[in-house]
Amino acid sequence: MSGFDFSGLTASFSGKRVIGPLSLDVKPGEKIALVGKSGAGKSTLIRLIHERVNRDSSLIPQELGLVSALSVFHNVFMGQLDKHSTWYNTVTLARPFAKDRADVNTLLQLLGMTEKLWTPTASLSGGQRQRVAIGRALYRNASILLADEPVSALDGPMANSVMTLLRDRFSTSIIALHDVELALSYCTRIVGIQDGQIALDESSAKLVASDIMSLY
Amino acid sequence: MLSSPTVRTSLIFLAIALVGLLFADIAITASNPWRDLGNFFLGIVTPNFFSSEGLMTALLRTVAFAFVGVALGGVAGFLLALVYRSLPVRMFCAFIRAIHELFWALIFLQFFGFHPLTGVLAIAIPYAGIFAKVYSEILEEADPEPGRALPPGTGIVSAFLYTRIPDCWVKMRTYTAYRLECGLRSSAILGFVGLPTLGFYLEASFSQGLYSDAGAMLILFYILIATMPLWVRPKLLPVYILGAPFFLGEGLPIVWGNVQRFFTEDIVPAPLRNGEGLAGLTPWLNDLMINEAMPGIWNTIVLTQIALVATGIISLLAFPLISNHFGGPLRRNAGHVALVIARSTPEYILAYILLQLWGPSMLPAVVALALHNGGIIGHLIGRQTSSIKLRPDAPSGLNRYGWELVPRVYRSFLAFLFYRWEIIMRETAILGILGIYTLGFYVDSAIQNIRFDRAMVLILVTALLNIGVDTLGRYIRRKLALQTMPTC
Repeated sequence: MSGFDFSGLTASFSGKRVIGPLSLDVKPGEKIALVGKSGAGKSTLIRLIHERVNRDSSLIPQELGLVSALSVFHNVFMGQLDKHSTWYNTVTLARPFAKDRADVNTLLQLLGMTEKLWTPTASLSGGQRQRVAIGRALYRNASILLADEPVSALDGPMANSVMTLLRDRFSTSIIALHDVELALSYCTRIVGIQDGQIALDESSAKLVASDIMSLY
Repeated sequence: MLSSPTVRTSLIFLAIALVGLLFADIAITASNPWRDLGNFFLGIVTPNFFSSEGLMTALLRTVAFAFVGVALGGVAGFLLALVYRSLPVRMFCAFIRAIHELFWALIFLQFFGFHPLTGVLAIAIPYAGIFAKVYSEILEEADPEPGRALPPGTGIVSAFLYTRIPDCWVKMRTYTAYRLECGLRSSAILGFVGLPTLGFYLEASFSQGLYSDAGAMLILFYILIATMPLWVRPKLLPVYILGAPFFLGEGLPIVWGNVQRFFTEDIVPAPLRNGEGLAGLTPWLNDLMINEAMPGIWNTIVLTQIALVATGIISLLAFPLISNHFGGPLRRNAGHVALVIARSTPEYILAYILLQLWGPSMLPAVVALALHNGGIIGHLIGRQTSSIKLRPDAPSGLNRYGWELVPRVYRSFLAFLFYRWEIIMRETAILGILGIYTLGFYVDSAIQNIRFDRAMVLILVTALLNIGVDTLGRYIRRKLALQTMPTC
């Protein structure tokens, strides 16, 4: 497949330019980390890219976008609502099919939370909720991953295993990360955002943590 | 204090009510009101549950009409809520809910007669309008984030079922259950126009002076409403809803000729029917407006304003009864019982009872409206004060009431009061059927005289008046930045 060429990305908030205009060329197979201090425009950039690619992406927004009243299974299943007919989705809401149950369960095993399959997400902890949103993105299984701080609520070992999972499951990804170490270990290319502009764009092999710290 | 907009608004409304009192017909005209009241209370404490088997049937019919009416209204209201963005739909809903259940019943009685459909539609139609409004507000408040995270290309129905309904389900269920309680009250008063529910039985007992029978009926009604959490269970609901239509009674068959005549002849304005054309319409309408609509509107407004302020005063006096900042658990429980009785008794039944005891004037209506609505608002405000944490050295008694609690809850008190303004006006108009000269009196007289054309115009006037007050109430609430949950 071909890559993505995002050009002329801009966003304004109440008359004030917060992003761009900037361009980002993403080649297939690249794993990009967006770094920069909070408020630099990383989330806005993820949103803009999502609007451009839409159909082909798995999204993990910072707000997660979970339906609190639905179970973990249903929230994960929502990643493929577009792949089934309305009646199939409606029946699943009341009584999920065995095949889907098994698929979601396998996925949750990787995230270490199979015992929560039928728990409403409202009663989960912050880290568990984050893993449900990750599960939904994995279940969606799109060619490109767009994630905004996907492991911010996870502890060290769990954050590492989830990052590994995301790296292995998605060929191309753009992930906003504030953790510089994670960015360097799991991404191939680091894009630093400062005041809505690209201030750094380098292969991660050529960078060390201190190079990135200047952005903060 | 005077610089506060909420205080100023309150004083303006108080002044309007005081001026209204000068024009209002407030009197006790019965020859021996206190003896009658005494007899009535004697009847309540010596209830007679076994005088006739009609009582249990009436209770069953009341529940059946409430279930069928609320279920139909709920389904229709939900469908309307989905298209509530459209202005014509909003106006249609505002119109159907501005007409009281009893007016709807009076209309349907003219062509469906005493068929169960009359009672069912009388509840279902106005409730559909209310459900549409509240459901659409609930759906609007649903978290928009999950919708944004959905895969593009997800069908509208799937998206709605997965992201909106689960988020709104609890609120919608709570509100629907609450409406069912309102539906039981609506169903009970439908008896006053001849449907086979509790109101019919009450009127019969009263007219024969059988106060113990009336007392038994009231007590059973309170028990029915107070035990709702026990017998209205999610698992039993399908049984109730599917079963209820079989307990509405036979009624009388619909004569379809009447239906046709009603729409093609009865409600056509007399001058048009008699071939006088549009030239005859103006004097007809003038006569109707000057001799019936205007006096009706005037009396309705006067009574509404007095009842509104009386409701406010009762609420402020009543909320300490259940607030945990005053007295011990024993007095609080007694307070709860008093407020449950005040708010579970439909104002129409209260007004009917007081009118029998005190004779016709505006007084029974004011007291009935103030007790019922004051009971509801007092209950809500009292519950709200119980969640307020006071500093350990807060003053007690009257100082606690005046300095610590009232200032804290005054805004939400006003919000509830202005929310109920339109409800009070709707009730005021309908109380005319009991013989007070509000709009309902003129509607009822027109129907008695078989002048349905005039009745329809007067009902239309009533609906427009309600919509006007509703708009004004909403404007004041917005102006004062008051927010509230819907009550009925």
